Amino acid sequence: MIYNIPYVAVVALILIGLYTVVFKRNLIKIVIGITLIESGVNLFLITLGYRENSIAPIHTSSSQGSIMSLPIPQALTLTSIVIGVAVLALMLSLIVHIYRHYGTLNVTKIRGDEE
Amino acid sequence: MSMVIDWELILQHSPALIVAIPLLGAFLTPLIGRIGPKVRNGFVVLIALVTSFFVFLLSNDILTNGSIRTYVFGGGKPLINNRFAIRILFEVDGLNAFMIIIGAILVLVAVIYSLKYMKEYTGLDKFYTLLLLMSVGMFGMMMTGDMFNLFVFLEITSIAASALIAFWTSKGKSVYAGLKYMVISTIGALFILFAIAILYSQYNALNMAVLASSIQYSFLDKIAFVLLIAGLAMKAGIAPMHMWMPDAYGRAPASISILLVGATQASLYALFRVTFTLYGNNLTAILKHIELDLLGNSIEFDITLNGVLGILFIALAVITIIIGVIMALKQTDFKRLIAFAAVAEMGYMLLAIGAAITTIGGIDPETGAMIIPAQGLMALKGGIFHILNDALDIGLLFLVAGAVYYATKETSLNKLGGLARNMKYTTVFFFIGLFAVAGMPPMNGFASKLMIYESTYLINPILAIVAILCSILLLAMFIKVLHSVFLGPKIPKFKGVKEVPKTMLFAMAIIACIIIFIGLFPNIVVENIVTPATEALHNFSNYIGGILI
Amino acid sequence: MSGMSKIVKTITNIAFPFIIIYGLYIIAHGHLTPGGGFQGGAVVASGLAMIVVAYGSIWTIGKVKEKHLSVFESIGALGFISLAFLGLIFGTMFFNNYLVKNDILFGKDAIIGGTVNFNSAGIIPLMNFAVGLKVIAGLFAIVLIMAYATSRKEAVK
Repeated sequence: MIYNIPYVAVVALILIGLYTVVFKRNLIKIVIGITLIESGVNLFLITLGYRENSIAPIHTSSSQGSIMSLPIPQALTLTSIVIGVAVLALMLSLIVHIYRHYGTLNVTKIRGDEE
Repeated sequence: MSMVIDWELILQHSPALIVAIPLLGAFLTPLIGRIGPKVRNGFVVLIALVTSFFVFLLSNDILTNGSIRTYVFGGGKPLINNRFAIRILFEVDGLNAFMIIIGAILVLVAVIYSLKYMKEYTGLDKFYTLLLLMSVGMFGMMMTGDMFNLFVFLEITSIAASALIAFWTSKGKSVYAGLKYMVISTIGALFILFAIAILYSQYNALNMAVLASSIQYSFLDKIAFVLLIAGLAMKAGIAPMHMWMPDAYGRAPASISILLVGATQASLYALFRVTFTLYGNNLTAILKHIELDLLGNSIEFDITLNGVLGILFIALAVITIIIGVIMALKQTDFKRLIAFAAVAEMGYMLLAIGAAITTIGGIDPETGAMIIPAQGLMALKGGIFHILNDALDIGLLFLVAGAVYYATKETSLNKLGGLARNMKYTTVFFFIGLFAVAGMPPMNGFASKLMIYESTYLINPILAIVAILCSILLLAMFIKVLHSVFLGPKIPKFKGVKEVPKTMLFAMAIIACIIIFIGLFPNIVVENIVTPATEALHNFSNYIGGILI
Repeated sequence: MSGMSKIVKTITNIAFPFIIIYGLYIIAHGHLTPGGGFQGGAVVASGLAMIVVAYGSIWTIGKVKEKHLSVFESIGALGFISLAFLGLIFGTMFFNNYLVKNDILFGKDAIIGGTVNFNSAGIIPLMNFAVGLKVIAGLFAIVLIMAYATSRKEAVK
């Protein structure tokens, strides 16, 4: 039962993130919601690689006769974190431009300001 | 000294070179841009030409021989110790060869068009770097054989495209459109990553061919299937997830709009690849067995997966076509109107493929292909042929809109008028694009739309009626645009408007010539290019056998 | 943005070299211990972001010109893609690990259960250096330019 707690946390993070993206009106809060969804998916990826009573998957230290955790989900999660950093940097730069142009960060005001 | 070129060696390494050469060009562009703008422009055109050469070489070999080429990055076998399917590899079969031809034409035309169109803006080093990176992402997405690699290239394309849409940072609307595109792309991609994690945890494989041969249709696989369809349809602009398309297409520079069409169709290709190859073995799985007792006769039939999936695709496609056409009728902005027409055209492709999915009978156990009757096969061919035609038609219309904006700095239909006397060549190109989108002979739109009408009529007549009606509405709408932009009396504000520069005309002429060629000789194109792609789609066991070599 | 008080600047001066050395250690030992190009580069970029916070973005951008950061980033990216192309020329395939069999540069084998050897794993340490350089330059440029852009009080409407 205790090994299912990370999966419950994954579902909770994704649902809170989706709620923030859909229902909040401030642009910065929408970006924070996307970061929450991404944290949830990364947690899901890294939890898949755990095996009970395993050691870290380093090639030269496996002479102790125990099993190792899977290293592949660690590589996938690292790639996903790097992509998340790039996406976050791009979205925040665009928000700086939008604030300088419209003067507000409220989505309903910006949408009502254009055709 | 005689130089013997080893074509076999070049062909063997060409899948990697198609992705590596634009990547090298993208990293070299900021350094070469310090020398001067003309040197940088020439360098970017050279990179685009070399990539197109390799693309045509590889596609020619694959489409004439019918073989599948795999390329494992780093050498060795596709499976580690014959057990772990985690290596990054490119697997190019007929459908991939078809898609990279489209990508190469779009990249070449976009680069040639941008030389003069973006000449007076600053920061052009970054523009060309991002354009080459976006082409790397598109080619990678169209050629990869590994699920996680698909996600990485999808994100590369989305990030580069969003930065390019927001390139005109002095206007607030372009930046807002770029942000909207980025938010929706990221959410779709995260759904896809969740589905990839579910599939990896069950079968310990990331390779598409190994997954295709080992998926049993358990409960977690159903969840992964739903998430994959939702994420990829969000990226492909299918209603009700199409809201980003008019903003993103309508406010980007014209050469970026034509590349975005390519990126959207690459996502549609990924959707077909997941449906037909990954879940191909289970596509005729029986979901529910229903037995009814009506008036003394007992009727029993099965609800199969392909029936439900086909009806879902057809419903979404019909909604997309109707929304696209009806919203386009009331637009007053030139580029936004073409963007809504692009939304409707994506619906046509999904309609044809959905109708083909409903007619699948079963799986032939000897050859490993799907059993499709003749009208389903024609619908499949029509849908795939329409991918090529739609990219060319909508691309030409976007280039014409960009030319009008370059000459007059105006995009509203109410303020334009009477431009045909000053811009003769642009008017001719708009005529060609108009007839092609509406499906009139002798343009290429007629050939593919006729195949779609005939096949969907045989499957269900109502679909064909909806498709033909919306085509007529598209024709009427574009004739209205033609009259209000090009014909009509001269407006005194546009008295000094000149024709656009020759490189932009040359880019438009390339596409117009290909449109007329496909329109006059559709049989050559269908036999040599579309039929191998269709065969690769419904003989899905060839894809699985491709990595055992 | 303007800098902070003298106490913060003194502590930053003391802590900065340790953070840089730690980050470079993570980059250099990426093929032996957990870590590698991106992780070490992010640590070094955090140390440089500490400089931006403590001394102010206007002072920092006066010392570090944006053109130099762009050149570093390009060198890192070009190093990575050149190593991949050299795998095509010297080895058999694109991205092939052609240095892992010889004794010249990084060639010894890593044996299961043996001692940890820095001189192993082929082109992977070289690629770690290239990616680390690119990540340092890229993340530092993002933090610096965002801090500088929000300090200018202009609102164009």
